[in-house]
Order: sequence, then C-alpha cells, then structure tokens
Amino acid sequence: MSHASLTPRRSSLRGATLPKWFPWAVAAASVALGLAVSAAAGLQSSIQWALIAAVCFVGGNYGVSARVEGRRQAKDRVATSLVWVAFLLAVIPLASLIWETLKRGVKVLDGYFLSHSMGVVSDTEPGGGIYHALIGTLEQVGLATLFSVPVGVLTAIYLVEYGRGRLAKAVTFFVDVMTGIPSIVAGLFILSLWVLILDMGPSGIAGSFALSILMIPVVVRSTEEMLKLVPNELREASLALGVPKWRTILKVVLPTSLGGITTGVMLAIARITGETAPVLLLVWGTNFINTNPLSGPQASLPMYIYLQYANSGGEGAAYDRAWAAALTLIAFIMILNLAARAIARWKAPR
Amino acid sequence: MAKRIDVSGLNAYYGSFLAIEDISMAVEPHSVTAFIGPSGCGKSTFLRTLNRMHEVTPGGRVEGKVMLDDENLYGAGIDPVAVRREVGMVFQRPNPFPTMSVYDNVAAGLRLNGSHRKAALDDIVEKSLRGANLWNEVKDRLNKPGSGLSGGQQQRLCIARAIAVEPDVLLMDEPCSALDPISTLAIEDLIGELKERFTIVIVTHNMQQAARVSDRTAFFNLAAVGRPGKLIEIDDTERIFSNPSVQATEDYISGRFG
Ligand SMILES: Nc1ncnc2c1ncn2[C@@H]1O[C@H](COP(=O)(O)OP(=O)(O)OP(=O)(O)O)[C@@H](O)[C@H]1O
Ligand SMILES: [Mg+2]
Repeated sequence: MSHASLTPRRSSLRGATLPKWFPWAVAAASVALGLAVSAAAGLQSSIQWALIAAVCFVGGNYGVSARVEGRRQAKDRVATSLVWVAFLLAVIPLASLIWETLKRGVKVLDGYFLSHSMGVVSDTEPGGGIYHALIGTLEQVGLATLFSVPVGVLTAIYLVEYGRGRLAKAVTFFVDVMTGIPSIVAGLFILSLWVLILDMGPSGIAGSFALSILMIPVVVRSTEEMLKLVPNELREASLALGVPKWRTILKVVLPTSLGGITTGVMLAIARITGETAPVLLLVWGTNFINTNPLSGPQASLPMYIYLQYANSGGEGAAYDRAWAAALTLIAFIMILNLAARAIARWKAPR
Repeated sequence: MAKRIDVSGLNAYYGSFLAIEDISMAVEPHSVTAFIGPSGCGKSTFLRTLNRMHEVTPGGRVEGKVMLDDENLYGAGIDPVAVRREVGMVFQRPNPFPTMSVYDNVAAGLRLNGSHRKAALDDIVEKSLRGANLWNEVKDRLNKPGSGLSGGQQQRLCIARAIAVEPDVLLMDEPCSALDPISTLAIEDLIGELKERFTIVIVTHNMQQAARVSDRTAFFNLAAVGRPGKLIEIDDTERIFSNPSVQATEDYISGRFG
C-alpha cells in the first residue's frame, strides 16, 4: 500500500458528496425556473411550467452531480428524481380529485342527507338524500361478498393446496379470463340468465350475482398469492404432528395468511362498490326505499350519482347531491381500506 | 411406548428419480440411531419415509416395507395421519407456528387432533416443555408468540411440540445445524433423556455429535451424482468410529472422502 493512498483526500473510498439539501435546492430552482420561463413566454397552463420544472429537476440533478460526484452517483440521483417526479404525477391528480370531491360534496352532506330518500323530492328541488341508495349498495355489495368470498377462497385453497394437473390449469385459466370480463358483460350475462330465461324481475340480488362474477376472480387471485406465501415448513410441521391435511389448512395455513386474505377481500369489495353497469341493467334504480334485495328495483350509490348528475344539467340541487353521494362513496371505500389495513396489522404474525 | 422399526427393501422416488435404493435396517427401541453421509445421499429422504412424510412432496413415492413393531406402515389400509401421530418429526430449521403462542404451539398437536380439556392440556404443555428443557426459560411468557424465542429455544419448542403428542418414535433431521454450541449441547443432553421414552433417529453432519449421542450409526453414500443413495453399513457407533467394516465409511469419517 502506497503512502499516498492513506491520506484522506486521495482515498479511493471517499468521494465528493453533495449536501443533503441539494435535491431540495434543485427542486426549488426548477420550480422557479419553470415559473419564470412560462411567465416570459406567456404560457397559461400550470401543466406547462410543471413539465419544464420536472425536466429541469431531473436534468439539474444529473448535471451537477455528474460534475461533482461522478457518473455513478449522478445516475443514482437521476433514478431518485425520476421516482419523485413519478410520485408527484401520481399523487397530484389523486389529491386534487379528493379535494374537489370534498369541496363540492360537503355542501349538502349531513345527517339529513344520509337518512332520507328521494321519494318525495323531484330531481330539481333541493333536499332529499341517499338513504335508499346507501341501503341498496350495502345490501348488494354485502350479498355479493357473501357469495364471492367462500367461492373465491375455496377455489384458491384448491389451486394452492390440492390442484394438480389439467383441472387446476383450467381453473387458473378461467379465473384469468374472468378477471378481464367487462362489468357490462357480467351484467348482460346475468340479465340473459336471470331475467330473460328465468323470467325474474329486477332486484338487488340479481345485481349482486353480476357483482360476484367481477369479485370472485379478484378474491381467488389475492388469496392464492397469500396462501403461496405461507412457508411449506409450516404445513409439514403440522402434518408431521399427525394433523389431517384439511385441519392443517384450516388451523395453520389460513390463520397465517388471514391478514393478507382480508386485505384482498376488502380491495375486491372496494372494486365492486363503484360498479354501475350491472346495477343499471339488473337493479334499475329507484327513488324509493326498498330494503328487500330479493324483489323490486333498488337504488345504489354509483347509479344515484349518475342519475343525479344526468338530471342536473351541471348545476343546482341535483348536481350538489351527486357530489355529496360521490364523497360518501369515496369515504365508504376509504374506510373499508383502512379497516383492511387495521385487520392485516392486527392479524399479522408477530 | 418406544417401538422397533424394521425396514426392508425400501426404494424412494421423486417422480421418476430414484433417490434411495434398497435400504434395509433395524432400529431398536430406546436407542438413538444416527444417520451420517455426504450431502444428497438421501438421509432426509429416508427419514421422511419412516413417517410417511415423503409422499407429501409432489411426486414422492415409496416401495418396500417399514415395520413399526408388527405393523407395515406401507401396508394396505394404513392411515398416514395415524402413522405421523406415532412417529413424530423435528425439522432442520425451527418452524414454530407464527400465529400461535408458545403454549398453543406445544398444544397444537393435541388441539388440532380433537378437543382436550384445559386442565389436562396445561399439564401436558408443562410436561412437554420440561421434557424439552425449555420450561424454565418460557414459563413466564407462555402467551407470547413462539416465533419470538431465540433459534435454539424455538428448536426446543419444536421438540416439545413433537413430544407433546406422545409419539413412539422421534425423527430428527439435523436438529442442531442452525444452532450455537451451547444450544446444541442442550439438545444433545435432551436426546439422551428422551431415549428413555422414545426411539430416536437423528440425521447429522457432525461426526462428534453422532459419536456423542448415538448408540448405532448408519452410513449412507451414493456412487455418483444422479445415482440413488444407498445404506453402506449400520453398526454400533463405537465400531463405526473405531473400526468400520467398509473402507468408504472410514474414508468418510476420517475426512478422506471424495
Ligand atoms: N423435493 C424433491 N424433489 C426432487 N428431488 C429431490 C427432492 N428432495 C430431494 N431430492 C433429491 O433426492 C436426493 C436425496 O436428497 P436428500 O434431501 O434426502 O439428501 P440428504 O442426504 O438429506 O442431503 P443433506 O445432507 O444435504 O440434507 C438428492 O439427489 C436430491 O436432489
Ligand atoms: Mg437433508
């Protein structure tokens, strides 16, 4: 080892590093530059200056870092800044969507709105509420969950724990196909079966059949992934104790993956709660309270939003109600997701 | 309680691959038998044929006879689940059930096999944990998760779990390979005590361990990679380590192998 390499300045392990605040400074400079350029060029849209700023941010990070720190660190900084730009690109629309919905939704969202139907209110009048739609959504989604979760979880158990050969391959294939079925097609299928062939009228339960078709593949897929994560050693440990296979699955495999399965189910519920097409075809919608999902048209939140908006002409009482209902729907799904996370954390193996 | 195992003409396959060929040996009750041999020679495979765990692997297939006292484990009408209750197993890596507490882990075998009254269960759990030399370390944290114990403690927890169902035979596949010398010693002492109650078969790569704990030692080998593993010889441990009758055994033990 030569004497020179021991002096700190020439050490091969030590290089020049930019300070911690450097990316923030570049970000601030890029935004300022973006604003200045658009002001100078007379650009109107905020998208334009944001794009200029994003390009400056990535370019600035690379340029300065390449000069000071070297090429490897510069590439690292480019990757990091691209991740940040992508993150902002994803978050800004989401935040603005939630903000917009909140702003417009809170106008009429109150206890009265949640506990009254549209029975005696015409679409153009103020007042009324979403009680009937809330009942409808809860019942339809609840029933669909009741149908889909056992079928989906059992299918996943079959595929992971028992499935070998042709049948398992076929099931996997059809689950994949089902994942891609457009919701309107699921609705049409139940329509032809339930309404046209069996001659039943519109009802909440018909809607939940169609929703189940959409929900089952999601449940199967997520449950399958979770079951695959359970280490084989645990199954063998249980089998080696003389526990039958079905009990091993029930008492060891399922509890170990319960958190993940619950999360998957919640996400599937969130996915079908917003479905409009099958409800439109099979449940029809109504302005009155119908608590019986087995017969007669029912309302549901997504359809309520659609109908209120369609009848509003873009302003007035119905328009406000549409936004308030949208806010309720988002809140409902948000709560479900939070519940799923809480359950996943609570049930996770410690 | 402890039973005699008598294997004759045993072949085990993974799909079409013959992993071990024509193995015959007897394991006496209340003795410790050690399996040694190079990696891949089929020790684990053979061990797993002794409690019908081999067929759990997809494609796993067995030919031949394994007599447990006077019952052929591969005879017609034998329930593999019942076999595994009589022939317990401890794995190479500790694998406590992560969702269960220490107590539930030990009670798992009994609970999962049917209902047991709480008082009786308490007794069995304490007895098994004492039997596995773990009671003093965990008696204050019986309701804490089993996966929160140290590796050595987890392995002894798995031993407690295996002996809680009162098997006749205990199979151990390299039970100390993930443990420090002190935990290893604790488990070796334990094996010495457990042989009063069970017939014990242990796979190990540690020659000193085989010499310390076992009464009889079986040496397995394979002619070449891709060829089936075979039993070279089985004899009293002292003889195997001092004066084996086959040259290959001596080469392996003295480190002149390969
Ligand atoms: N699940 C499996 N599928 C296919 N082949 C396997 C499987 N498990 C083991 N084998 C093969 O069977 C042979 C015996 O393996 P086994 O695990 O019994 O060896 P071992 O003596 O226990 O080795 P080690 O000392 O490394 O644990 C090896 O050739 C191995 O590749
Ligand atoms: Mg092995």
